[in-house]
Amino acid sequence: MSIQDRIRGGAPLDMSRRGFLAIAGGAGVGLMVGLKPLPAEAEAAGGVVQFNPFVKVAPDGAITVVVKHLDMGQGPTTGLATLIAEEMDADWSQMRTEFAPADANLYANLVFKAQGTGGSTAMANSWEQYRTAGAAARAALVKAAADKWQVAQGEIVVDKGVLSHPSGKRGTYGEFAEAAAKLPAPIGAPQETPYKDAAKFKLIGKEGLHRIDNDPKTDGTAIYTQDVKLPGMLVAAVAHPPRFGGKVKSFDDSEARKVKGVEKVVQIPQGVAVLARNTWAAFKGRDALKVEWDDSGAEMRGSEQMLKEAREAVSKPGAAVATNKGAVAAGFEGAAKVVEAEYTFPYLAHAAMEPLNCVAQIKDGAVKLTFGSQFQSIDQPTAAAIAGVTPDKVTIETVWAGGSFGRRAVPTADYVAEAVAIAKASGGDAPVKLVWTRDDDTKGGYYRPFYAHRVRAAIGADGMPVAWEHRIAGQSIFAGTALEAMAVKDGVDETSVEGASNLAYAVPNLRVELTTLKAGVPVLWWRSVGHTHTAHVVETMIDELAHAAGKDPVEYRLALLKDKPRHLAALKLAAEKAGWAPGSKPEKGKGRGVAVHESFNTIVAEVVDVTITKDGGVKVDRVVAGVECGTVINPDVVRAQVEGGVGFGLGAALRNAITLEDGVVQQANFDTYEPLRMSDMPKVEVYTVPSDAKPTGIGEPGVPPLAPALANAIFSATGKRVRDLPLGDQKFTTA
Amino acid sequence: MIKLKINGEERSVDVDADTPLLWVIRDEIGLTGTKFGCGQALCGACTVHMDGQAVRSCQTMVGDVGDAQIVTIEGLVGANATPEGKAVQAAWRALDVVQCGYCQSGQMMSAAALLAENKKPTDEDINAALDGNVCRCATYQRIRAAVHDAARRLEA
Repeated sequence: MSIQDRIRGGAPLDMSRRGFLAIAGGAGVGLMVGLKPLPAEAEAAGGVVQFNPFVKVAPDGAITVVVKHLDMGQGPTTGLATLIAEEMDADWSQMRTEFAPADANLYANLVFKAQGTGGSTAMANSWEQYRTAGAAARAALVKAAADKWQVAQGEIVVDKGVLSHPSGKRGTYGEFAEAAAKLPAPIGAPQETPYKDAAKFKLIGKEGLHRIDNDPKTDGTAIYTQDVKLPGMLVAAVAHPPRFGGKVKSFDDSEARKVKGVEKVVQIPQGVAVLARNTWAAFKGRDALKVEWDDSGAEMRGSEQMLKEAREAVSKPGAAVATNKGAVAAGFEGAAKVVEAEYTFPYLAHAAMEPLNCVAQIKDGAVKLTFGSQFQSIDQPTAAAIAGVTPDKVTIETVWAGGSFGRRAVPTADYVAEAVAIAKASGGDAPVKLVWTRDDDTKGGYYRPFYAHRVRAAIGADGMPVAWEHRIAGQSIFAGTALEAMAVKDGVDETSVEGASNLAYAVPNLRVELTTLKAGVPVLWWRSVGHTHTAHVVETMIDELAHAAGKDPVEYRLALLKDKPRHLAALKLAAEKAGWAPGSKPEKGKGRGVAVHESFNTIVAEVVDVTITKDGGVKVDRVVAGVECGTVINPDVVRAQVEGGVGFGLGAALRNAITLEDGVVQQANFDTYEPLRMSDMPKVEVYTVPSDAKPTGIGEPGVPPLAPALANAIFSATGKRVRDLPLGDQKFTTA
Repeated sequence: MIKLKINGEERSVDVDADTPLLWVIRDEIGLTGTKFGCGQALCGACTVHMDGQAVRSCQTMVGDVGDAQIVTIEGLVGANATPEGKAVQAAWRALDVVQCGYCQSGQMMSAAALLAENKKPTDEDINAALDGNVCRCATYQRIRAAVHDAARRLEA
């Protein structure tokens, strides 16, 4: 069962038209598709008519799509606007977007059954819902035009947002919005197909549709949390304990209070907050604080010790069994060859470009949050509990996020809680903008957990795998959170084993074990979650088996994926586009590797070409990706996500690790946690497998195959296996 | 009071001379297109032009600016856009460079400064000029292509 299934805790919601109506109707009044608009809103917004939770039409014909997902760069504003524009036969230039308020009745992620963005579900869960919403708005507008023109609805054609009739009558959506809003529901015949057949798509899957956020993101006008400025707003910086689990023992704020612009200093559960009239004063005030910390409850271990414990754990049978297929012990008997290897993976920080931040105001018994909210259904009740109000008294205005990679969706809503705690402790009703520095962000925890893996795998006389014993040990993302009960089953956190427990290759005897280790360092999903480490292990081990069997890595995989047509399609596409020649040996100093992995219901295969430089370093020259993600909604956004996934995975594989000494994080800024830079970026080519199936995830699946394909490329160049990430400073010699 | 020439206008700000230019631009003048990413000149999100040179405003103290002309993203591409600014913006849009967008003001400032000095930069020139501008979405391939595209637009 996938993590999405776990979070949802059961069968998928009915995403048919009826399911949609039921959800839309959950709001109570007037929001069912095709029903009347919200009268107050129509009036207040200058005649803008809201047809349903997702579509508004203005008198000038502008169509505003209400976007229920956070856009942290992965492009759901463009994607969701495409779905509505497609069904309304609109012109791309008339499309506008706005982020939805916090309201899970209307804007739930249909996979999570809660309002939030993650698991690469934005387009997949909205695919039918948004098209239904667009089609319903279109039907109402066409009906209004038909009534006015006294013609049959079926004779009206809509093209690029213009309605026309063979008689010569023409009009815009804006002209009919008010009349359409007054029509009785339901609109259109019930037996009518709610949305278009794929054959009629004019926008979905087509090239040339530019990102809808291009303009504000290339003229400086896009507003991120960092840019929010409200009347009377104070900026807050927080002194956090140097160790996770540390607490304030005492503090002296006399110097901090002398800093020009500092207004207040308050203690909160997370540390000591300095509130100032501007950001620089808040930072200076924070630096002037003298805080004594109480480490009695803090994590004092170093990361080396934690990894050592993880390696010890995988040297023994696991505490829980995630998969047990066939008879592994018997499988090893009579094996022709056995390959055994151990792997380690460090903590990783998300390190989004925009350091964490959140604006919170507590006023008149209500809380107003303004920020890039990724998990409204957690952020809202968390803020309510701290402020001492009911969740309905918490409004959230979502703004653009400068990246996230998972960090803004937190089961504890850590940074949101901190902002609300400061607003509460301030004792006033001014808005407070909590701003983390880069150092705060790097040291703030919620990392990709550390893991160790140990795999023992056997091949038979024919070279094909007969047994695979896979032990995993590391920290659980869900353990200890409010979501533990639904996400951890029989001692197995799915996010610790996903990608290994559901091994795609046909191996008759498979056993995957997990030992969950505890550490006082908060951990979190990091773009592609468990697949960040499981894909590396599975895809480098299968490469080792192919080598042990004397077979070509692509052909070996193809033979083991016979029953996986989507894997086959992605892998064949990548191999073909990369010009993979079975059995051919790259020239000296060059290497080529491949990996294929399923995550978030999407299959991505990547072929990586490397050069071993004169000084023994690794330069990645080219990455060719084959992607099977169902229907492609916007081909360029899909390419961009895989290009970005490759870069994100590569930076981490090359040199990123969060390490602790005596419980203290050793990295702070981009010098010690250095992201991929332009000179590191390879040429990336992305190709998609044609499909008319439902769209699957695309924000994350480009990440997992990168590191193992890179490791396999390094092996082909050097004969050395990469089993511990990151590569760091290690030097290679060519084979 | 400190006087600043920013995007062609003269502004007076009541701040200490050792205040980073970044926070003056953002918090005092209210131009928020220039971003805070690292505070230590390690990521380039805060890049502005000082007399045409790309500088990191987070490590430029406002007292050191003097008479220099400051241009931010709002001045690079607004009504009084520079030729390089116009070309860079058009290229960025044509190639759909942005993802989260947070670093892109800085990327565009660095790209425009490069193009003002080097009409036909090579990949190596672009890497050298923009290696200090981090993009966590890894839009680097498109940035590189967009700089070439902007160079072509300037030539035309």
